[in-house]
Amino acid sequence: MKYIDEYRNFKLADKLSRRIHKLVDGDSRNYNFMEVCGTHTNTFFKFGLRSLLPKNIQLISGPGCPVCVTDTSYIDNSIRLAGLKDIIITTFGDMMQVPGSHSSLYEERAKGCDIRIVYSSLDALEIAGHNPSREIVFLAVGFETTAPTIGIAILEAKRRNIKNFFIYSAHKLIPPALKQLSEDSDICIDGFILPAHVSAIIGRDAYDFLKEFNIPAVIAGFEPLDMLQGIAMLLNQLKHGKPKIEIQYDRVVKRKGNKKAQDILKKVFAVSDAEWRGLGNIPRSGLKLRRQFRNFDAENYFKIKSPRPPLKDKKSCLCGEILKGKNVPEDCRLFARVCTPENPKGPCMVSSEGSCSIYYKYKT
Amino acid sequence: MSIEGDTMSKILLAHGSGGRLTHDFIEKVILKKYGNPTLKRLTDSAILRLEKTKYLAFTTDSFVVNPIVFKGGDIGKLAVCGTINDLAVCGALPLYISCALIIEEGLEELTLAKILDSMAAEAKSSGVEIVTGDTKVVERGNADKLFINTSGIGAVKYNKILSVNNIKIGDRIVINGPIADHGMSVLLARKELGFKSEIRSDCAALHRLILTVLKKCSNVKFMRDPTRGGLATTMNEIVSRMPFGVRLFEEKIPLNESTKAACELLGLDPLYIGNEGKVIMVLPEREADKAVGIMKKSNLGRRAAIIGEVTKDFKEKVIIRTSVGGERIVDMLSKEALPRIC
Amino acid sequence: MCLGVPMKVVSKRGDKAEVKSGETKREINIALLKDVGIGDYVIVHAGFAIEKINKERARETLEILREMQP
Repeated sequence: MKYIDEYRNFKLADKLSRRIHKLVDGDSRNYNFMEVCGTHTNTFFKFGLRSLLPKNIQLISGPGCPVCVTDTSYIDNSIRLAGLKDIIITTFGDMMQVPGSHSSLYEERAKGCDIRIVYSSLDALEIAGHNPSREIVFLAVGFETTAPTIGIAILEAKRRNIKNFFIYSAHKLIPPALKQLSEDSDICIDGFILPAHVSAIIGRDAYDFLKEFNIPAVIAGFEPLDMLQGIAMLLNQLKHGKPKIEIQYDRVVKRKGNKKAQDILKKVFAVSDAEWRGLGNIPRSGLKLRRQFRNFDAENYFKIKSPRPPLKDKKSCLCGEILKGKNVPEDCRLFARVCTPENPKGPCMVSSEGSCSIYYKYKT
Repeated sequence: MSIEGDTMSKILLAHGSGGRLTHDFIEKVILKKYGNPTLKRLTDSAILRLEKTKYLAFTTDSFVVNPIVFKGGDIGKLAVCGTINDLAVCGALPLYISCALIIEEGLEELTLAKILDSMAAEAKSSGVEIVTGDTKVVERGNADKLFINTSGIGAVKYNKILSVNNIKIGDRIVINGPIADHGMSVLLARKELGFKSEIRSDCAALHRLILTVLKKCSNVKFMRDPTRGGLATTMNEIVSRMPFGVRLFEEKIPLNESTKAACELLGLDPLYIGNEGKVIMVLPEREADKAVGIMKKSNLGRRAAIIGEVTKDFKEKVIIRTSVGGERIVDMLSKEALPRIC
Repeated sequence: MCLGVPMKVVSKRGDKAEVKSGETKREINIALLKDVGIGDYVIVHAGFAIEKINKERARETLEILREMQP
């Protein structure tokens, strides 16, 4: 597969691995790098990159996994909507098995609710077009990579004057979460591996705020060679100079990002506060539909209310600390005893990319 | 159901109620398509003679695939091949099959006819007879178009017991060809995902391939067909509670380019996607190359390969050496593998 | 977040394009990109092209890695 296989080359991976080993050779210290994006976590483990790195480099999984950070009440509300008459819930596959307070979309589908997996928000719009007597709600989850695609779907819905299509937004923004993490004095992160495709949209310059924290950062692609090169670049920064924000994935990411996509975001969405499971409320970190699109806003149309105070996971759930890189899954009393992939208690076990899920599956 | 197959005709509840329509269906459709002397007797049980057979293999399976027709096959072919393969991996020559149909009221007669033809053709080319069966029709909504149950009887030919207990450290894992084609073909045939692909299900009867290998390789330890849950699940089943592990080599596992692309696009791992024309064999190192050589002579084994080894390095686990040289655990699937965007 | 796969543009019509990877094809929306040409490789996410691959940069990345001393 072009532009994929070349970045999975065994010889080049070996070279990079040896380069990384050389860079930390003799170091007694540990390096903690946080990769922010769920897809990076997935690549790291799918290709067994852990076994190619020296023991003193630790990769921490950050909050860039929409499945992990979507709060429980969003799932509960989606389930409530699914039970209404003449509703069709459309969603990305990722959300199906996320547990709410009592159930999941997967279980509700089994009970007879009309819940359909779609690959694209435009497919959900088509379903609305073909089912004029039903109301179609699309669960709009994801970060800056996905939100512009939903923006186009909304504009298309408006252009075609479709009256039975709604989105329930749980969209979130990466930079505010990164900022909150960086401001946390407890944090001990030596470098960020920044998300590939979020960065393709927002551009390298969107991370300029990281400069004040002096934390090295590299925007790395999702293939194994990209991640390895990204790690090598972080080590180089730490050893040789002032921390900066570099682009490893320059075949796709530009300094200013994708302006057209950014314009769509601004046109369709307004920034709002958002509740991140495990991290709590982060101001101005979410996206809601602008007033002129409120006819497509499920929260408005169905009068969805979020509980106050927001639902929290069990006190003993350490996901919040794990997402911030302060603890590892084994520190959590629930891990592998009460909390397992089949019976997840918190976001880090819910998603197959969550730290706890990975730890559980790939423990050696 | 008319023999001419009126394109608009649908199956009715009456076709399953035992009356005139049922009899017509059996006489004019089933017997015409499957007609063999045993079946034609239409007795409540098929009376079968087994020559020189000490052990019988007996298996059953139900098939509920959606959609019921996909590139490379349909639910009927799936049912016949699936049952044949379950017998073959136990070292048996498949002989007789039963076929029970549960039809949803409203299924087009033409669709049903095509599936029955498909079963008949597969049975004929595989040398098995469909000797008994049943037909029921249920109300609309109570079955997803068509469910098929097939049971099969075979005569055990291999003179060694095939069991995971035979497996020793150093044994090799052999597969007859590329993985994940069936599961991806079925998934993509569900139009909702919007992808167009030429991926064909690998659905095939493997008994001749298997029995040829068994004739020439006297030390096959264990065999299984990696259907639901894919190669990963079968490997995990093998190592469960065993004093050894399995190491797979990603570079050695055959995978078609289109299937690989489709998996990448949907965020799916081919190791967990089902196969319907694949067999895994565990056999000693010295016989593994021979087995691969024999398989390669068959259309169903052109891309046969040794894909892994039984190791003492770890127990009860499956580990894969990835294409970039790293190693990671291949766990049992805990949830359904669904398409994802993250 | 977020799965995006490089696919080749084989045809286009307005805001839509047909892309392929191997023999797997799909119609996607290219409204998020300014100018997409036949033969371009785009990153496909959730049914949309979100960016084009810069072939020159792609080649350079690999060249740097090939020439790198371990």
